[in-house]
Amino acid sequence: MSSAKLVAESGKILDVAAKDAPLTVRGLTVSYGNKPAVFSVDASIPAGSMTAIIGPNGAGKSTFLKGTLGVVPRLSGEVRIFGKLFEDARDRVAYVPQRASVDWDFPARVIDVVLMGLYGSVGLFRLWRARHRAQAMDCLKRVGMADFADRQIGQLSGGQQQRVFLARALAQNAEFYLLDEPFAGVDAATERAIVSVLKELKAEGRTVVCVHHDLSTVAEYFDRVLLINVRRIAEGPVDTTFTAENLQETYGGRLAATHIDELHLA
Amino acid sequence: MIDDLITALGAEFVQLSLTPIVIGTLAAIACALPGNFLLLRRQALIGDAISHVVLPGIVAAFLVTGTITAVPMMIGAGAAAIVAVIMIEIVKRLGRVEPGAAMGLVFTTLFAAGVLFLEITDTSSVHIDVQHALLGNLESLIWFDAEGWGSLLDPAALATLPPQLPRLAVVLVGITLFIFLFWKELKISTFDAAFAGAIGIRPRALGFALVVATAVAAVAAFDAVGSIIVIAMFVCPPASARLMTNQLARQVGWSVIFATISAVLGYVFAGYGPGWFGSPYAVSAAGMIATVSGVILILTCLFGPQRKRTGQHAEA
Repeated sequence: MSSAKLVAESGKILDVAAKDAPLTVRGLTVSYGNKPAVFSVDASIPAGSMTAIIGPNGAGKSTFLKGTLGVVPRLSGEVRIFGKLFEDARDRVAYVPQRASVDWDFPARVIDVVLMGLYGSVGLFRLWRARHRAQAMDCLKRVGMADFADRQIGQLSGGQQQRVFLARALAQNAEFYLLDEPFAGVDAATERAIVSVLKELKAEGRTVVCVHHDLSTVAEYFDRVLLINVRRIAEGPVDTTFTAENLQETYGGRLAATHIDELHLA
Repeated sequence: MIDDLITALGAEFVQLSLTPIVIGTLAAIACALPGNFLLLRRQALIGDAISHVVLPGIVAAFLVTGTITAVPMMIGAGAAAIVAVIMIEIVKRLGRVEPGAAMGLVFTTLFAAGVLFLEITDTSSVHIDVQHALLGNLESLIWFDAEGWGSLLDPAALATLPPQLPRLAVVLVGITLFIFLFWKELKISTFDAAFAGAIGIRPRALGFALVVATAVAAVAAFDAVGSIIVIAMFVCPPASARLMTNQLARQVGWSVIFATISAVLGYVFAGYGPGWFGSPYAVSAAGMIATVSGVILILTCLFGPQRKRTGQHAEA
């Protein structure tokens, strides 16, 4: 079926179609102390797809993202981004960490944060220039935050902070977007704005992966899912993979049967 | 009054006060610059830790070499700083304690060990003691050969400047260059280390470089001004500066201004202040400089334009 399954079965060869896929992961294991947070996970994200990474709290979803990007050290496993090592494909990838992972009291304005996304195009020992500012403003417009460019970031609401993070990722002009819980604690208007930007990215042929919590919106927002609970439970198109059976396995007893019923799954 | 001022800034001033003021200012700025980033990374205590472990480092260097010349002292202090940073990491990981506790534990232990070291070592013939370690000897860094402002243009007189002055000037230039050249990287990795890692900045390597810059500043400043100023300057000017602005570059600028004001006013108050109240004795310049920086912090807490920023969060 999916290339990931093929990888999992053979453990060696990736099929040709997946070779230059935005993300191919084999046997990724990341551990904090003695306890593995992610254990031997395989995944294969096809180009132009929009994938939700789903699993209970503490299942290693964020760690999986960080492990693929080398933000946390990998214990074992192989990761290929567009068929290359991440270090060689860095400028094709944009990563949006969890909003709560940074200190929003940091002395910076909204525009300063978006400019960080243009780091790669500024050059060593040089500073941001007027053309970078213009680019950053364009990105702020796309997320509806242009009026806030000079606002201190500590004065933003949670939803506005998340939009600023998305604008910073847009500034990277990447082909592959990895977002860690972009909808956590945001208002409904922000959620709509973010979804519409992500769908634009997909329409432009870019690939999107989100760590996602809200099971009720999975089918509406995404076309693929990756179910993780330390190990990989299942991966594939929403229609065939986002099933009651797989969810039950992913969440164990933690997901009430009535909740699954409400999702109206196949 | 004007005559007083001319006398105050005359030849005697150049000989007795100019070099201590300049050295105090250089030391204050050299510590305040990296202090900005330590503060924002919630690592302000690391400056404290490093400046304390300088003492055992210096005593150890004296035990090994038997002299108190500058180079072995600075190597000893630098080595002690590195040992302390490694010990903090070990305590953090093995002891599973929070970073602040690990730092507090390591530097107090090492400083206490340094004091014991000092007591059981025969250092009576040389000038190292706890008092010196804490308060330095800023007042004694006078320029013997200066005969007035003209000496600033006299190569022979310049050659007799206290060696701490050129040493601190070099250190300050180095730290300024480091912060200027890696401005983007320091800013991004301080704000968002995970993002920095993903875009190819190496946050751990940069964090280590920052600690090295801190250690260099602490060791160079310690010799001239003692650890009280070093500790105060790592924290007070940056913390005051944060209350003045919401932009990092301006914060760094304000911290330099506050460090300079602390050093100059502190020295003047210590040397001349008691005289204004009829006392013939001067007080410790290092103590006064640290006190002035604390007073500036209190003033910015009360009147700084950005003092109310927390609590203004408009939650969604």
